Amino acid sequence: MTWDWTFAIEVFPEIFNVIWLVIGITLGAYAVALVFGLILTFARRSSFKPLSWIVYGFIEFIRSTPPLVQLFFVYFALPLIGISLNKYVAGILTLGIHYSTYVSEVYRSGIDSIEKGQWEAARALNFTNSQTWVKVILPQAIPPVIPMFGNYLIILFKETPLLMAIGVVEFLQKAFLIGADHFKYLEPLTIVGFLFLLLSYPSALLINRLEKWSNQAYGKGSR
Amino acid sequence: MDILNKLLPAGWMTIKILVTSAILTYLIAFIAGLGRVSQFSIIRTLTMIYVELFRGTSLLVQMFWIFFALPAFGVEFSAFWAGVLALSLNYGAYASEVVRGSILAIPKTQTEASIALNMTRWQRLKLVILPQAFRIMLPGLGNNSIELLKGTSLVSLITLGDLTYRGLIIQNTNLSYTVPVFVLLLILYFIIALPLIIIVRRLESRASKGVAKV
Repeated sequence: MTWDWTFAIEVFPEIFNVIWLVIGITLGAYAVALVFGLILTFARRSSFKPLSWIVYGFIEFIRSTPPLVQLFFVYFALPLIGISLNKYVAGILTLGIHYSTYVSEVYRSGIDSIEKGQWEAARALNFTNSQTWVKVILPQAIPPVIPMFGNYLIILFKETPLLMAIGVVEFLQKAFLIGADHFKYLEPLTIVGFLFLLLSYPSALLINRLEKWSNQAYGKGSR
Repeated sequence: MDILNKLLPAGWMTIKILVTSAILTYLIAFIAGLGRVSQFSIIRTLTMIYVELFRGTSLLVQMFWIFFALPAFGVEFSAFWAGVLALSLNYGAYASEVVRGSILAIPKTQTEASIALNMTRWQRLKLVILPQAFRIMLPGLGNNSIELLKGTSLVSLITLGDLTYRGLIIQNTNLSYTVPVFVLLLILYFIIALPLIIIVRRLESRASKGVAKV
């Protein structure tokens, strides 16, 4: 058996049509990761030590255990303790929270790169804590790390096939179902690989550009 | 306790997959990482295509492709080797970027000095560049192996009996076990990852010490 063009062309639209669902899941999980990641970052910096330690433990634990098992936990185990989520919400939450631990490291590296003088200046100007964050620290901390956030958007997109495990019909599951119908897996699975490449590689190139530009604009290594 | 006894044998399968694919991953990472900085443009191009191909598509898609689509060409792998191959090729592509980045991080003056000392290309790499690059890449490769451990759970989806797969089976036969099974699974994965986490932390603090900064 070899590559069958007619079959490939026939099934391509069927697989491609799932794209809106995949994009929706990716963006939803990304939003969760960005917001929850920022919360984690603040909690980690809290002067209340027990909270800071718990958050640190949480980040290490989530980061080093498989998102697939976390997905099963959220989808199968949480309902038994009274929290029922449908498969889309479960998928978005799991991916979002998993990557929020990575994203919080990005926030942290951004915040750590702010010079001490900026904090001191804010205090000298009698800024409140929240004013310091909103007006001084975050506007300087976030723009230089935007390319890294872009990377996580692509990584999240490539993690969406995981959701097939709880029955979400994204690209891979769709292709697999078609393959099972026709006993032909080569074409549909190859199309999925091609789609991922088509969508993620140009974005990666774009982010590379952004990174170069950001390095110039924010003078990496000027300190 | 009963659940733990049933899970533990599958833990060996997970560790077996982890170790086998880790060895292959680092092998691939070094070959591809050195290939990216090769003096021959054809080798550079080929390794770049490999790296971008495997970083640009999803790991699970690659695993499914190797397991379900490759047999159409008459190339058939057992679930174990399909899983190991997909994991190594995917994480090898990521790790090769760590290798490449570390080599490029070595100051140009080091290369110039070794040229001035009349070293051959190979001597320069072996005696000057790699020993220095190695300590820079260690934390990165350590992190990579934690990611690899997480990735091994995907082999359960191509029906290989690892920890996750066994957990699913236990959960399926007795639904009241659902919560303890998945909590135990997470803890077991964390226990396997723990030594790696500690090693990476050590390496990270050590990598920043005693290295001349330019």
